[in-house]
Amino acid sequence: MIPAPFDYKRASSAAEAIALVGEYGEDAKFLAGGHSLLPLMKLRLAQPAMLIDIARITDLSYVRDAGDHIAIGAMTRHHDVEHSPIVKEHLPLLAFAATHVGDPQVRHRGTIGGSIAHSDSASDLPATTLALGATYVAQGPNGTREIAAADFYVGFLESALAPDEMLTEIRVPKMNGATWGFQKFNRRAQDWAIVGVAAWKRGNESGVGLVNMGSVPILATSVASAIASGASIADASQLAAAEAEPQSDLNASAEYRTHLAKVLVRRALESSSN
Amino acid sequence: MGGSILGTRVLRKEDPKFLTTGGVYVDDMRDEPLLRGAVHVTYVRSSVAHGRINSIDGSDAMQMPGVLAFFTGADLGLEPQPSAFNPAATRTLLAMDKVRYVGEPVAIIVSETREQGEDAAEMVIVDYDVLPALIDLEESMASSVHLYEACGSNVVFDTTALGMPENTGDAYFADCEVVVKGRYLNQRVAPCPLEVRGAAAAWGADGRLVEWISTQHAQGAVAPIAAANGVDPSQVHIKTADVGGGFGAKIGTYQEEQLLGVVAKRMGKPVVWRETRSESMVALGHGRAQLQYITIGGTKQGKVTHYQLHAIQDSGAWVDMGTILAPFMTRPMSSGVYAIPNIECRTTSVVTNATPTVAYRGAGRPEATAAIERAMDMFAAEIGMDAAEVRRINLIPKFMEPHTTVIGQTYDVGDYETALDKTLAAADYAGWRKKQAERRASGASKQIGIGVSVYVEITGGVGTGEAAKVEVTDDGRAIVYTGTSPHGQGHDTSWSMLVNAKTGIPIDKVELVWGDSDLVPVGSGTMGSRSLQQGGNAVYKVAGDLAEKAKTVAARLLEANEADIVLDTDKGIFHVAGTPAVSKTWAELAVAEKGNGGLSHDEFVGVPSATFPFGAHVAIVEVDTETGKVKHIEHTACDDAGVVLNPLLLEGQIHGGVAQGAAQALLEEVRYDADGNPITSNLADYAFISAAELPSVNVVHMETPTPVNLLGAKGIGESGTIGSTPALQSAVVDAVAHLGVRHIEMPCTAERVWTAIQNAK
Amino acid sequence: MKVTITVNGTKHENDVEPRQLLVQYVRETLGLTGTNIGCDTSSCGACSLHVNGESVKSCTMLAVQADGCEVTTIEGLANGDQLHPMQQAFMENHGLQCGYCTPGMVMASISLLKENPNPTEEEVRVGLEGNLCRCTGYHNIVKSVLACANGNK
Repeated sequence: MIPAPFDYKRASSAAEAIALVGEYGEDAKFLAGGHSLLPLMKLRLAQPAMLIDIARITDLSYVRDAGDHIAIGAMTRHHDVEHSPIVKEHLPLLAFAATHVGDPQVRHRGTIGGSIAHSDSASDLPATTLALGATYVAQGPNGTREIAAADFYVGFLESALAPDEMLTEIRVPKMNGATWGFQKFNRRAQDWAIVGVAAWKRGNESGVGLVNMGSVPILATSVASAIASGASIADASQLAAAEAEPQSDLNASAEYRTHLAKVLVRRALESSSN
Repeated sequence: MGGSILGTRVLRKEDPKFLTTGGVYVDDMRDEPLLRGAVHVTYVRSSVAHGRINSIDGSDAMQMPGVLAFFTGADLGLEPQPSAFNPAATRTLLAMDKVRYVGEPVAIIVSETREQGEDAAEMVIVDYDVLPALIDLEESMASSVHLYEACGSNVVFDTTALGMPENTGDAYFADCEVVVKGRYLNQRVAPCPLEVRGAAAAWGADGRLVEWISTQHAQGAVAPIAAANGVDPSQVHIKTADVGGGFGAKIGTYQEEQLLGVVAKRMGKPVVWRETRSESMVALGHGRAQLQYITIGGTKQGKVTHYQLHAIQDSGAWVDMGTILAPFMTRPMSSGVYAIPNIECRTTSVVTNATPTVAYRGAGRPEATAAIERAMDMFAAEIGMDAAEVRRINLIPKFMEPHTTVIGQTYDVGDYETALDKTLAAADYAGWRKKQAERRASGASKQIGIGVSVYVEITGGVGTGEAAKVEVTDDGRAIVYTGTSPHGQGHDTSWSMLVNAKTGIPIDKVELVWGDSDLVPVGSGTMGSRSLQQGGNAVYKVAGDLAEKAKTVAARLLEANEADIVLDTDKGIFHVAGTPAVSKTWAELAVAEKGNGGLSHDEFVGVPSATFPFGAHVAIVEVDTETGKVKHIEHTACDDAGVVLNPLLLEGQIHGGVAQGAAQALLEEVRYDADGNPITSNLADYAFISAAELPSVNVVHMETPTPVNLLGAKGIGESGTIGSTPALQSAVVDAVAHLGVRHIEMPCTAERVWTAIQNAK
Repeated sequence: MKVTITVNGTKHENDVEPRQLLVQYVRETLGLTGTNIGCDTSSCGACSLHVNGESVKSCTMLAVQADGCEVTTIEGLANGDQLHPMQQAFMENHGLQCGYCTPGMVMASISLLKENPNPTEEEVRVGLEGNLCRCTGYHNIVKSVLACANGNK
């Protein structure tokens, strides 16, 4: 199987990529690692007329300690997020979640920015960065802007990025010793999560992101509010699906997903990893 | 076989090629002169499960770049062909009037490249009147909508129509103290050889059709391909490249393969075809798909006295091989390893709007084993007895002479209790029961389950023997011709070992010829775990007879009496007894026999019956009772395949079998939506098991020789699959039995386990 | 589009269609058929090869994305008759049957040990999550990888 025909341009800078997408309009798509887009194209579920390859924009592949947060270039591969000493030290939840994306081959190609921009609620990193209170930096023809992760995911495979905007950086506040847990529940190791949970807790502060519990990655704010007001983890976890709109599909019913979310949120929050 | 190469762990001769340049599969034949200039065939497939075809419009497709031709069944003048198993069911090789499953071929595109064909297939417009899709077996049985109107029913095969007795119903169990009933689905699964199907066809200058197929049985493809091409079978030459797995699904010849020669003739060019995985998941035959109504009855002390099975087999949308597995494989094996004095089994095969079913690793025997083993578990649970103990009470005692069960099947030899005991010991059954009790007492969320199965199966049920030929070349190599057909089993190594044992010719000087209908015209292929006991047996006999023949030649050359000639099988030389210094090599004998037609022997070596390998499996699982997630943590398998030729290869077969059996128990299921659309038609949606879901397998060796062949060997290809599935399913149920759960359908997915726990509360 | 790709140490310059997958490039353009295609969904790993020393699924990478890269396929592992230690381990431990998953499995296993030279059995199993095999039940594949790792000590 092969994608439908398309044209291809390689950008060497974000500015060039944005200029190109402006030139080709809605038929153009950014190609990063390609591990979200190419599978869809091979099955002919996506047929862009133009691919703009942004994976070679080397100055978008980095992990930097920016004081209160870690800045990660959008073209940083999952493999590099997974192995970055800075991410491991300050964002252990994110480093761990990155080890669960796809399989090793996927992680050698796929990028954190590609995954987030694709905005698949079944992906691990959108919900994880959402839980961590990340901010995403988008660059467009008129400069850059910051978008809070909580405002970024607007619909099924739909983000707040304008068609001529490109995700360039992911800014994730340091975890500062928070305990954390990542629970990925799936059939096979390589599969998407049936339900996934990324959670952290520091005293009464917490953040909980849910994978595949609706058309967008879900921030389980009710759980965090309950924890903030002193509820036990067990009690707070019962609110896990309050913000979710789980669907029934091949792998699970909505009812079962709701149950799983409660169990997995509890386990993630009880986890003593830090 | 002490001192001989037989029974030793010889590394595979096949491996260096596969490990360095990769195999040469049918899609890899870049150097084949006959395929130069080949064009590509793409099949346009039905997108609806059941419908009448109003029109097929290929005009837009013809406008696409690189498209050379477009054919419908009408264009090719196709005529309806009857099923071999129910002649009232007929179909054309490309659907013309009606489509009956998503994926059925309806038209052909010929293009310069494969990608162009894929692009053009998207442009073909087929207009259908959609008919109700019948996916559910019992709904199909009851429906007035018939897939094949001439059959008058969707029931296309029934044992009662063969004169076999009808089941007598509940009255059968009137005298039983304990009766347990169940309705279980042995779900539809996809064989998934890692190499999908592919074929290539060319008409030679001599007017014959040469076709390469990824198949388990080249000789079997000759007749159907000759018929489809309207030529005499003598005009068809089938060849086999390397085959990337078959598992039963590549036994039969498919429409896509039958039509290639027709297209090549129309085009005046060779053609090649390779399906995609997405096509393969809906167009390569599926396996299992058997609904089972089971009743078991007996005494409170654990003796089973009555067993009744009604197996309703899903044939899918064609009356293919799957149709006859229930009557001819499941039914004969329905008694399993147990001495059950009263047993009834009826089978009913039904067509549905799903992919046709064919043989899949085990083919009818896993279903028989799953049924009786599930029944044993239910019976044990009902009377509160240990699952292993109930089995022991009911096992057929050890027999070294043929034994006939009440259902009427004769087994060769059996020692089931020893297999059970060895397996329980190796698995530390008692130790695990103790751990299980502790875990239950602790109330932990993760509970331990222990599953036991004891099974017997039938191998070598296909064919009455096999052809073999061994010839020795002037330079002392042995060329072995075999009617069996490797696709991973290691025939090259095994047959070389057999030849070496009889001739002393080193295994690296033995070459294997197979899968070529000209060079090996007689052959039943590789299926039903028949290779070693029939094909290997023939090679062994023929190599031995050739050695005897060679002794007469050696006697002549050494000017000695034939009776005094000794073949030194360590060195592969002939000499007069007592004077090894003067000897003749195989090469010298071959040269000497040049004028006499060469040094070779060939023979069809018959076997009197099938063989009945048996064994026991113990599976250990850990079940997360909060989520239902199952982890397979240990597996012990004892599979008695008689005398072992190469333990390395035997173990490999068991490992692979266990994984496929575990996959059925825990993960894999082909599913359709209510409209008959497949929803597991790629390897992202279909849960093909991976390394991360499996434990290593603890293999327990046991060898009970069979008397039916020279090697004492029984089949091993399918045993692991047959024994593992019921052990796994049983283990999952056992893990949550204390919560009140008696049964969980396969695959035992997390949600099913969790739901069973909720329902038991 | 013009690409320059070094495959098994040899530099190749070709004009490729943008949609050509890397696996098609090695199989069709270069005729290196050792790398196989087993699925359509990046699930099976049969097409695994190395790009710049790391395992990737070549069915999910365009040839144009490999422009300027170093690619190693199964054909590039052995040194004459001298098998790569991973090939040798697969041979000695019966880590293959039909051979179809084997090139991808070997390439993935080499990459796995490069990143984790001393893995546990569990780490090997999870590390090979993206490579499917229907014949071996993975038992002897895992054994091969562990044997190779031990040989490295």
